[in-house]
Amino acid sequence: MKTFKLGGVHPPENKLSAQAAIEKIAIPKQVSVPIGQHLGAPATAVVKKGDEVKVGQLLAKATGFISANIHSPVSGKVFKIDNVYDSSGYRKPSIIIKVEGDEWVDTIDRSPEIDGNIKLSAKEITDKINEMGVVGLGGATFPSFVKLMVPEGKKVDFLVINGVECEPYLTSDHRVMLERGEEMLIGVSILMKGLKTNKALIGVENNKPDAIEDLRKLAQKFKGIEIHPLKVQYPQGGEKQLIQALTGREVPSGKLPLEVGCVVNNVGTALAVYEAVQKNKPLFERVVTVTGKSVKKPSNFLTRIGTPVKELIEAAQGLPDDTGKIINGGPMMGKALISTDIPVVKGTSGILIMPEKESKRNDTSNCIRCAKCVQVCPMGLEPVLLSKTSKLEMFEKVENERVMDCIECGSCSYTCPANIPLLDYIRYGKNKVGQILRERSKK
Amino acid sequence: MSLLTISASPHVHGDNSTKKIMWGVVYAMIPALLVSVYYFGLDALRVVFIAVAASVFFEWLIQKYLIKGANTIMDGSAIITGILLAFNVPSNLPWWIIILGALVAIGMGKMSYGGLGKNPFNPALVGRVFMLISFPVQMTSWPKAQPIIDGITDAVTGPTALGIMKEGLDAGKTVSELMPEIPSNMQLLIGNMGGSMGEVSAIAIILGGLYMCWKKIITWEIPISILLTVFVFSKIFCFIDPEHYVSPIFHLLTGGMLLGAIFMATDMVSSPMTRYGQLVYGVGIGLLTIIIRVWGAYPEGMSFAILIMNSTVPLLNNSFKPTRFGKEVKHG
Amino acid sequence: MNEVIIYTVGSLGALAIVAAVILYFVAQKFKVFEDPRIDDVEEALPSANCGGCGYAGCRAFAEAIVKSGTLEGFNCPVGGADIMTDVGKVMGLEAAIAEPQIAVVRCNGTVKNSPAKVKYDGISSCAAAATIFSGEGGCSFGCLGLGDCEESCDFDAIHVNPKTMIPEVTSNCVACNACVIACPKDIIELRNVGKKERRIFVSCVNEEKGAPAKKNCDVACIGCSKCFNVCPFDAIEMKNNRAYIDYEKCKLCRKCVVVCPTEAIHEINFPLKKLKTEVKKEIPKKEMETIKVDITANLETKTTERTKDEKPGESPKEKTIKETPSDNNDDKA
Repeated sequence: MKTFKLGGVHPPENKLSAQAAIEKIAIPKQVSVPIGQHLGAPATAVVKKGDEVKVGQLLAKATGFISANIHSPVSGKVFKIDNVYDSSGYRKPSIIIKVEGDEWVDTIDRSPEIDGNIKLSAKEITDKINEMGVVGLGGATFPSFVKLMVPEGKKVDFLVINGVECEPYLTSDHRVMLERGEEMLIGVSILMKGLKTNKALIGVENNKPDAIEDLRKLAQKFKGIEIHPLKVQYPQGGEKQLIQALTGREVPSGKLPLEVGCVVNNVGTALAVYEAVQKNKPLFERVVTVTGKSVKKPSNFLTRIGTPVKELIEAAQGLPDDTGKIINGGPMMGKALISTDIPVVKGTSGILIMPEKESKRNDTSNCIRCAKCVQVCPMGLEPVLLSKTSKLEMFEKVENERVMDCIECGSCSYTCPANIPLLDYIRYGKNKVGQILRERSKK
Repeated sequence: MSLLTISASPHVHGDNSTKKIMWGVVYAMIPALLVSVYYFGLDALRVVFIAVAASVFFEWLIQKYLIKGANTIMDGSAIITGILLAFNVPSNLPWWIIILGALVAIGMGKMSYGGLGKNPFNPALVGRVFMLISFPVQMTSWPKAQPIIDGITDAVTGPTALGIMKEGLDAGKTVSELMPEIPSNMQLLIGNMGGSMGEVSAIAIILGGLYMCWKKIITWEIPISILLTVFVFSKIFCFIDPEHYVSPIFHLLTGGMLLGAIFMATDMVSSPMTRYGQLVYGVGIGLLTIIIRVWGAYPEGMSFAILIMNSTVPLLNNSFKPTRFGKEVKHG
Repeated sequence: MNEVIIYTVGSLGALAIVAAVILYFVAQKFKVFEDPRIDDVEEALPSANCGGCGYAGCRAFAEAIVKSGTLEGFNCPVGGADIMTDVGKVMGLEAAIAEPQIAVVRCNGTVKNSPAKVKYDGISSCAAAATIFSGEGGCSFGCLGLGDCEESCDFDAIHVNPKTMIPEVTSNCVACNACVIACPKDIIELRNVGKKERRIFVSCVNEEKGAPAKKNCDVACIGCSKCFNVCPFDAIEMKNNRAYIDYEKCKLCRKCVVVCPTEAIHEINFPLKKLKTEVKKEIPKKEMETIKVDITANLETKTTERTKDEKPGESPKEKTIKETPSDNNDDKA
């Protein structure tokens, strides 16, 4: 069984909602759509207070090269444009819409038929994906069209599709593969056409045998798409790890996957690409897993962007009494939310509710130099050294020890027997080194 | 409902803990302990009990009154030091030497640096070397192994197999002349020989080592590199002049070689972190051990070799980095 | 026997002479001229090596002064005017006397004023905490209370009060700027110490509009411009929904303190009595109380300090700002 070579951990999978089919959730009364919900520059609002909007109408336009359009997830009236807390824990400008009815713009094809006939050319596909505001749905929310713009002189050998879902608890990608497999595979074909490559590798961890089997059957109809079961190992969903697991190639330090002829996309993104290109539907809804050990009904919801998290939790039969922490994303890389009013954004793959007794960190003790963190680091770094030097603010040393290679997967903190929050310190050092590097490049 | 907690990722923690690791080592030492009780009788238990109790007591005392930190005795590391210390001494050692040894091991070897995780040297070895240098007579009169089932008789003392060999060779005898005086390889393997408590049974120690490997407490690099180096290095000598240099198997099975390679050199606190560092460290220990055994004044070189290599660990950590992700790979 | 001694002395002596001659010529050849004034200037400096002047240390500062040949733009915040005058004497220049400054914490989001809405569980570093959320009180601009400023301070001059979780500056402060740099939220600012150590400043750096700001913190500046309108000296500027008092222009008239509806403007070291008679009618009772509390809080820190220094007879105000730094320097030297 294939997997990546260096390090890795295997946290308890806890895929509680794996058997829960995707449900459509009721449209809330009010949504708040942040204008910066992707990597890169925030979009600029093109609507103003009091405007009537329809589902799929452009709300904010991309500004700058790396940015993405934002479309209205609901129909109704723009209530105001104000700062609202988002998953970063800060108040960010958002468009708040009061919902009235559910009227879609006419250009969206709402028919349920699956359309496998790709009419657009590569250039048109890229433009369409850009226009429809598709971003990577795996969590990093990198605008997808940028990945399709392969610079001259570079050739894409493989389109790598991430169906790994290595984060414990999360099942949204799993359900997408099971229930929307065919559409997803058409999306993959569209991406292949856009990238002018004829080989796509879909990596799926073998804790999802049903998805592997389904996709294998479906993939027979498609040319050049291979399904590869992978050994369960975290962080296999990391771009560089996945490429290594599937192709054996290593992305050099500080370089993009394109350097080794690969482009990585998530299965959710592939589905969004299908909808954008074939159905003309902008990215305004996504599948979100709501889960947790004490959640009464762990579920997968098809949710409009901007829906407050509390609506999702309500639909999963309410917030458990012993809630100690609410996490946007999975337990390894997700961000803790400061309230339940925070809206779902394009990058929200799951809402994980942790019971109180699991949400506190244990007491730390002395480092016993067991080197477990060194053994599990998927990037071959020395977390113990990085955290120690970051703590002592020896940023030059931190930089030389390749802190910028850290993918912040959290394997080191997860495995540390002394409970030292290694990643907290490393992240601090990484931020500081990033600042230093930016200043240096300015000079 | 109380306030929501905000913390940085990751939000879960594995089931690793210092306590678990340390107790794992303690469990791994049980087979060797049982064997030594079998051969040396209740004396063995007495020594282990005194050493462990003294180590734990001194750790508690120093932690409470000198360092003024949280109580750390339950993490099990003092127990390991105690057992290892007991394994390194003859079972008929007077109790006050053991207590003195425990004080040096815990006080000087560990707590003076700030407690668990900060000591550059293996504490048990510091204690052992202290005792060996201060009380050479008591530390080298080894009781002969007498299986407990043979009934308790008066203890007979004598030198270890290594000691016999060393003295004999120094006196100008040849290996083949000395061979009848030392136990056979088979006896060495099961532990029927005179010696310190922990070094007697090779099988029991290997069993403990396999348990620790299985529990991922230690990795294979250090023990294997030590044993392999010892084997190769002594094989070369043996090949050149088999009458003056004893066979590699003898080196491997005697004098706490296995105890040192599996339980003491692998001590996480005082061993290197990266794979290549560990290999170099192991090779260093192997070479030094044979050098001391063959040319040194002491018949046994394991403890000195480990202590010397302990002192190079910061250097090794600095020089040998793990394999980084992202090396250039050719592809077509 | 004697021969041996003679030979030894002779050969070694000859060797010594040869070595001395070589050394002399080498020393001549590689002689580096260094301005002796650098040493003198360094001597005059407090050798705290805090970096408050913007140079790597006192030596680097001295080199820069001697190299430029002027004192303009050079200021040792630790030594203040006295030290700069000394440096001026060495250089034969007139020192431009800079107004002594002190660090001011511009946030009053105490646990009471801005109650915690979430609980932070992580490493005790403001810089790290600021990357994952806005703060326990919910204010994106407020103090996180994890003490990066305290950590950065070399002079034991700023401490997070465990009751309020807001740092407090003591008179040990030499305005070295370390805490200003350390604070990830840019809350701390250096301001002139002011006449009789009296200072007025807006204790809030929040840039949100009034309603959300007030929601998170009772004493937030809501950008109402009342102080801006009342100021007779044009010392207040309104920017990004918040007021800022220019310490150069402020004449300490305290009109703004009275009009502020959220008590965001703080005054330090003003006598309580005078305030009472002056503005008795204008401020409601509640406001009076808080002002009182504010000043006693200030006294409290000074009292603890006094007991530490074991000078019980001295009243807090008599203690000048210059005294403590020089004490401190003596300790360091």
